[in-house]
Amino acid sequence: MNRIVLLVEDSPGDVRLTREAFRDADPEIDLRVAVDGVEAMAYLRQEGIHADAQRPDFILLDLNLPKMDGREVLAHIKEDDDLKTIPTVILTTSDAEADIVTSYKLQANCYLSKPVQLEEFESLVKSINDFWLTRVKLPQQALGN
Amino acid sequence: MEKVKTILLIEDSPGDVRLTREAFRDTEDVLRLHVAVDGVEAVSFLRREGVHGDAPRPDLILLDLNLPRMDGRQVLSVIKQDDDLKTIPTVILTTSEREADIEAVYQLRANCYLTKPVEFDAFESLVKTISVFWLTMVRLPSQQRTRCE
Repeated sequence: MNRIVLLVEDSPGDVRLTREAFRDADPEIDLRVAVDGVEAMAYLRQEGIHADAQRPDFILLDLNLPKMDGREVLAHIKEDDDLKTIPTVILTTSDAEADIVTSYKLQANCYLSKPVQLEEFESLVKSINDFWLTRVKLPQQALGN
Repeated sequence: MEKVKTILLIEDSPGDVRLTREAFRDTEDVLRLHVAVDGVEAVSFLRREGVHGDAPRPDLILLDLNLPRMDGRQVLSVIKQDDDLKTIPTVILTTSEREADIEAVYQLRANCYLTKPVEFDAFESLVKTISVFWLTMVRLPSQQRTRCE
């Protein structure tokens, strides 16, 4: 079964890098993108044009996003009984200790900082794929219809 | 100059403790592995009670589900309901592949769920993967105790 990954990221450059890195790591990964926090929540709650959206197996979430920021998206996901079990990994340029602690308090499953170098970025995406999408047992639950 | 990381392994099987220690052997200069053999001991280690008065705060917790005295689900609830402890990443490492267990531990806010392979080589490889991913790639919260003792 193909894994569905929801990438919540507003930078087109980072979206492109992530897409290419996943394609190299595992072409079967089905990567969906939400470009701001409001769209991410609409996708997850199957609202509006996202009524047929499939539940992601895994979420990669940037912190600094337009409309609704990543901390708020994380809080919504982890307060929702249906969504909270989806592993949500923070992927951000921020190295601030306050962001790291806040994210773990809000129950992020893990916190990763985006490397600046292209090769390191690719290698990080590969590690995410190897660990989270290969080794880890993810919950199987489908979106409640 | 790499900072020494502390792992708390909560595991009652002496064989699995030994395998985990051996898998971490190559990293022993940057890693301290502490072991709690049941849930009650794990909680007193984390809360620095009794003989664990000087226990360090772990950077990462590896938690088995089936444990004597207090089982892993209860230990996980205690950790994730404690404002001081909840930020410590807690990885479930268990033989159970039951979907109900997987779902339940994500509900209880486990950071991730991994099943123990039966083969030694696969077990060793998994432990190495965990340590490389969580201790070198992931950003962990810095060691801070906020609780008054």
